[in-house]
Amino acid sequence: MLEIQNLHVFYGGIHALHGISLNVPDEKIIALLGANGAGKSTTLRCIMGIVKPAEGSILLNGESLLGYKSFEVVKKGVAMVPEGRRVFTNLTVYENLSLGAYARKEQDKVRQDIEAVYHLFPRLQERAFQPAGTLSGGEQQMLALGRALMSKPTLLMIDEPSLGLSPLLSQTVLKRLKDLNRDTGQTILLIEQNARAALSIADYAYIMEVGSIRLEGAAADLAKDDQVRQTYLGIH
Amino acid sequence: MTFDQFIQNLANGISLGSLYALIAIGYTMVYGILRLINFAHGDIVMLGAYVAFYGVVMFMLPWWVAFPLAIILTAGIGVIIERAAYRPLRSFPRINLFTSAVAVSFLLENLGNVIFGGRPKAFERPAFMDIALQIGEASVLSYTPIIIVTAAILFAILIYIVNRTKVGMAMRALSKDIETTGLMGINTDRIIMFSFMLGSALAAAGGILWAIKFPQINPLMGVMPGLKAFIAAVLGGIGNITGAMLGGFLLGVVEIMIVAFFPDLSGYRDAFAYVILILLLLFRPTGIMGEVQAEKV
Repeated sequence: MLEIQNLHVFYGGIHALHGISLNVPDEKIIALLGANGAGKSTTLRCIMGIVKPAEGSILLNGESLLGYKSFEVVKKGVAMVPEGRRVFTNLTVYENLSLGAYARKEQDKVRQDIEAVYHLFPRLQERAFQPAGTLSGGEQQMLALGRALMSKPTLLMIDEPSLGLSPLLSQTVLKRLKDLNRDTGQTILLIEQNARAALSIADYAYIMEVGSIRLEGAAADLAKDDQVRQTYLGIH
Repeated sequence: MTFDQFIQNLANGISLGSLYALIAIGYTMVYGILRLINFAHGDIVMLGAYVAFYGVVMFMLPWWVAFPLAIILTAGIGVIIERAAYRPLRSFPRINLFTSAVAVSFLLENLGNVIFGGRPKAFERPAFMDIALQIGEASVLSYTPIIIVTAAILFAILIYIVNRTKVGMAMRALSKDIETTGLMGINTDRIIMFSFMLGSALAAAGGILWAIKFPQINPLMGVMPGLKAFIAAVLGGIGNITGAMLGGFLLGVVEIMIVAFFPDLSGYRDAFAYVILILLLLFRPTGIMGEVQAEKV
């Protein structure tokens, strides 16, 4: 579905991405792991057209995404849950969800899809008409996820869903992603610092280090790999 | 002061306040979205009045064609200014935007001088706005309630758009977080353009009503209303639309009442706006409705 080849990004004089390549096949969960500053978010921001790469290609189902603005990339079927959730705290939960469907043509189906999100996250229905700023961190993460789903993305990208959440809540969120992938075949590109949790739901994973891909492999293999266990999972 | 005179002054204050409020909304909307003080906004007020004036005088249009048409054309000018002078600078440091706004302001004022001429022109009110209405002992001319009602209708339309329509929802989202609004599949450039259009339309309406209330127009006529409306926007809490309306009414009523109660001070009339502003900034820097912004760490 998504193919990235040899992506280079510079921030001013800093070489943030050194030619990374990755592949997200249909109906799979792909994890992009690595420490802070490894370039994970930059990769997603490139895909969304927020950051312009200096070199390389990004293809969605064979079509280049380069040169498009965020809203156009969304219309092509990519949705992103940004790091730190960034729900619109001044809008109600319901309005946040409606915004997620802003670009869609069949507006009559939106109501129905909001119901589907409520079904997935019943807490959101209870709080439908509260400002999103009054939600807890976990609820905001669910809202951000629901909001992204409202655009009916073919590719869903999530940046650090477990950031700032309790381990229990993170697990719940990741489990929801797994369910979503299993039940609807949703293709997911997941960014995580919590490598262990991410590897438990992903099919395949890439591990980034200072702007390059250091390692890649089937999630199950990486979880067993000694080097990965020591460096990224903290198991000795 | 008799009760009748009080009512007369109050009507006067509210009509002046509604003009400040109409203009203040444009400042506050643009600030809310781009964190830009659009210094050229006062000059949009002037353009609105002139376009309406020429519509009536030169093109012989009846007022009910000329005024709405002037609002639409001036809104278009607001959009062009955004496109030409602000959008290309959006990714640069904010000071560039500010400088550009000041430049646009000077450009419009001087173009006004060249095109319209610097000599003030008499703006003729439609006859039905000049009827004296008796309120007990006192009287007001009919344009005063007309200004108040027109402004109220425009406020209602604006509040409806912002709170009840899809594009209004996008505007509110945009004022919180532009980048994430783009991630919703929303063309943020278009929403910003729409905000400038709305703000300029209200400013044009304010300019026409201003010319009806003070029927002499000149190319610098927008400067003082613009400045006062900016103060009103800060009073109300810049970025907050309801606050801008409140600030506008407050400023208009206080200004008129101080002159009414202390006629000796009438020469200092314009100074009161600044005194109120300074006091407010000292004791409540976020304005009446402004949110206290938590410091980001």
